[in-house]
Amino acid sequence: MKFKEIIKLLEIRCPGGSAPIEEREAVLVQPDKWLEIAQILKDDPDLTLDSLMCLSGYDKGDGENLGVAYNFHSMSKLHKLEIRIEVSIENPIIPSISQIWKTADWHEREAYDMIGIQFDGHPNLQRMLLPDDWVGHPLRKDYETPESYHDLTIPKDKTYWE
Amino acid sequence: MNSIVNQFISAFSASDIPGGYFTLFATIVIISGLAVFGVMAVTALVAVYFERKVSAFMQDRIGPMEVGIFGFKGGKKFWGGIGQTIADALKLLTKEDIIPRLADRKLMMLAPFIIFGGAFITFVGVPFSEGIVISDFNIGLFYIMAASSIGVIGVILAGWSSNNKWSLYGGMRSAAQIISYEIPIALSLILVVIVVGSLRMTDIVVWQADHRWFIFHSPFAFLAFFIYFISAVAETNRTPFDIPEAESELVAGWMTEYSGFRWAVFFLSEYANMLIVSIVASVVFLGGWLSPFQMFDFGLFPESWMLLDGPIWGLFWIVVKAMILIFVMMWFRWTFPRLRVDQLMTVCWKYLIPFALANVILVSIWELIF
Amino acid sequence: MSEVIKEFGAVSAEEMSINMGPQHPSTHGVLRLKIQTDGEIISKIEPVIGYLHRCFEKHCENLTYEQIIPFTDRCDYIAAMHMNHAYVLGVEKLMEIEIPERVEYIRVIVGELQRIASHLLALGTFGLDLGAITPFTWMFRDRERILDLFESLCGARLLYNYIWVGGISHDLPKDFIKRTKEFVDYFEPQIDEYNGLLTENKIFIERTADVGVIPPEVAINFGLTGPQLRGSGVNWDLRKNEPYSVYDKFDFDVAVGDGRMGTVGDCWDRYYVKVIEMWESIKILRQALANIPDGDVKEGIPKKIRPAAGEVYSRFESARGEVGYYIMSNGKPKPFRVKMRSPAFCNLSIISEIGEGWMISDVVAILGSLDIVLGEIDR
Repeated sequence: MKFKEIIKLLEIRCPGGSAPIEEREAVLVQPDKWLEIAQILKDDPDLTLDSLMCLSGYDKGDGENLGVAYNFHSMSKLHKLEIRIEVSIENPIIPSISQIWKTADWHEREAYDMIGIQFDGHPNLQRMLLPDDWVGHPLRKDYETPESYHDLTIPKDKTYWE
Repeated sequence: MNSIVNQFISAFSASDIPGGYFTLFATIVIISGLAVFGVMAVTALVAVYFERKVSAFMQDRIGPMEVGIFGFKGGKKFWGGIGQTIADALKLLTKEDIIPRLADRKLMMLAPFIIFGGAFITFVGVPFSEGIVISDFNIGLFYIMAASSIGVIGVILAGWSSNNKWSLYGGMRSAAQIISYEIPIALSLILVVIVVGSLRMTDIVVWQADHRWFIFHSPFAFLAFFIYFISAVAETNRTPFDIPEAESELVAGWMTEYSGFRWAVFFLSEYANMLIVSIVASVVFLGGWLSPFQMFDFGLFPESWMLLDGPIWGLFWIVVKAMILIFVMMWFRWTFPRLRVDQLMTVCWKYLIPFALANVILVSIWELIF
Repeated sequence: MSEVIKEFGAVSAEEMSINMGPQHPSTHGVLRLKIQTDGEIISKIEPVIGYLHRCFEKHCENLTYEQIIPFTDRCDYIAAMHMNHAYVLGVEKLMEIEIPERVEYIRVIVGELQRIASHLLALGTFGLDLGAITPFTWMFRDRERILDLFESLCGARLLYNYIWVGGISHDLPKDFIKRTKEFVDYFEPQIDEYNGLLTENKIFIERTADVGVIPPEVAINFGLTGPQLRGSGVNWDLRKNEPYSVYDKFDFDVAVGDGRMGTVGDCWDRYYVKVIEMWESIKILRQALANIPDGDVKEGIPKKIRPAAGEVYSRFESARGEVGYYIMSNGKPKPFRVKMRSPAFCNLSIISEIGEGWMISDVVAILGSLDIVLGEIDR
């Protein structure tokens, strides 16, 4: 299925939920419509995007928005789709799709850990790679490295690795 | 009867030594104890060297082939790798002996010596050649069976007292395994008792000298040997039955928290146990100290020295037979993966025990007919 | 639920919770599994990761594009060439660079050698997990030869930093092709030896067949890739289905699990897929070595790596599965955001789904068959 057809199909099945980003061949989805659209992506016989390749959280860097990029792929139909969801940094809540694609379970935890996006409905939204008592989300552009962690001083001098 | 203890008793009764029975008792205990300890230590050293060499040949290991000693280069020479064995022994003896803070201190210190003691007292009944045995009981086979089971108490103690869940798993698995495999061992050894009519080790070998090696007695005896050997491998916790110390599952099983000298004692006992089961197998099934050439004695060579027989050659033959069996055990270890717990029990209860039981009945019928 | 739990399900005792790891011989690194056991049977597994986290993605945002390459080495240190290639592929896709054909051939050759080396380690340690020690030493002996080849190539034996954006760091040494041919001829019969020693061993089959079965739908849903996905009977290989580099020029088959010893998707299938893949890699190597063109390997390397603003998601079939790089560029010399989709990360996430209900020994086998590398999971 071509990108244009996918957009058309999504517009028919869930009007107003999505907007295409033409130059990226990606679809921008409204967070409140995301669960509905996700179910369509998985179950629609023409789409059957059964494989979630990658889920990347990112900070847009403008101090206002956080985003998540989902890269889907269909094992049977051999087409791909990228979904973007962007939310405000004050209230970064996105519905969790970990019940639809199990891959998302750990990836959403990682995105929560690194970017600080809250995935609503996730069964176990805890830190994944960082320690449980870590403060802050390191991959945000405004992240400040803490001065110490459990009495360990973190060196400010970065010349040795830059 | 001709045994080391009997030699002493007859020597004492001939002469009049002060102190009477106490001196006699002390002498016997000290001398035979030292002898057994010497045998165990030498076994462990030789067997470790042997095992290293076997594994090196099978796995392209470099150390056991190349390591030299005292300035002699190792290379492909026969002493290559002996330095590693010595270094290993020194390392074990000088390592720090760690006892975890929350462990049951007394029991944890006691456990290795129970295992060691089990192996140690078993040697009392194990013959090395005609007359070279500490004591030739009239219940020899039964005694060996009984005494070699003492070790499992030490294993459970070690597993429990370490206060480590992996150790506990190891101890429990070991208890289940050793107790289960004792049954096929006993059942296959009963065959020889039925045929020979005696539990004394010497009688068993004398019967084989008069007839033939017991393994060739009947098809059932042949099968019994393999049942015995497989169970013996399990009894000594060797691969593929090494689930109590499975290093990839239970870290090191019941030995996880041990180090240094106490661990070396486990090591010593393991190789001593291997020697015991191999010697019992060669005595009961493979003609003990009888020369294998005896089987081809068709009257062509009347003198016994031509058959390489006699007490000294007997020691040689029994060691060779035991070494071959030990080699097979090592061969197993470096070839097979490990069984799972339930598969291990399946092998014992569903295959070995029914076959061993059938063997006992069939060999009795065989004896009635022939 | 497994057969075991059905058989012994009636007997239950007080549950015990154990830490398997972070220091445990069979977790292949610093992985920690919190397990609940009822006797030998495991009722719950909770993987805890992050002990090896080295802030790869944070580092990437502070380094220029070419400086990132050595960091990718350290993600999957078992298959560092693949990591180099996967990342470089992403940047090249972003910059739309033409690569000289000789470079592509060399990348394929080192990639397939690396695949064999990585599979050797995976199969060897899998045997070790099940208690077979000899296959491990044999496979390490042969892996050593590949590392020798790589050493002659770039001086490093484990972390190569060999594949650069637009090219490679060094051209092949003079006798490299001859030595590689010798290695390939030597190695092909070795696989039969491994099969005789381990694959066809009755105990090995008993331990792995029908254990840890992953049905294909579940495998896809959990995002399994690489040999782990193909072991479940899914014919999917990025080298075949979405050929990158020059893989479309080679004739090879995709190894797929067929449940020969038990059910499709069991540990034995996942194991055997890797064995077949070594054969297929040899096929590719022979073709690539015979047809490698001449040329300058450094002419494609751009003077300045500064991709235009944009995003890219590139996929690469590493020894462990699909390595994806989601790279966002804002036109500066440093990337705006780099997300690495780690195959072992996804492969490991299935352990609590399929591991529960099996015995401790089976979980060790399942973990070994999933072929995880903690450096790549924790990044």
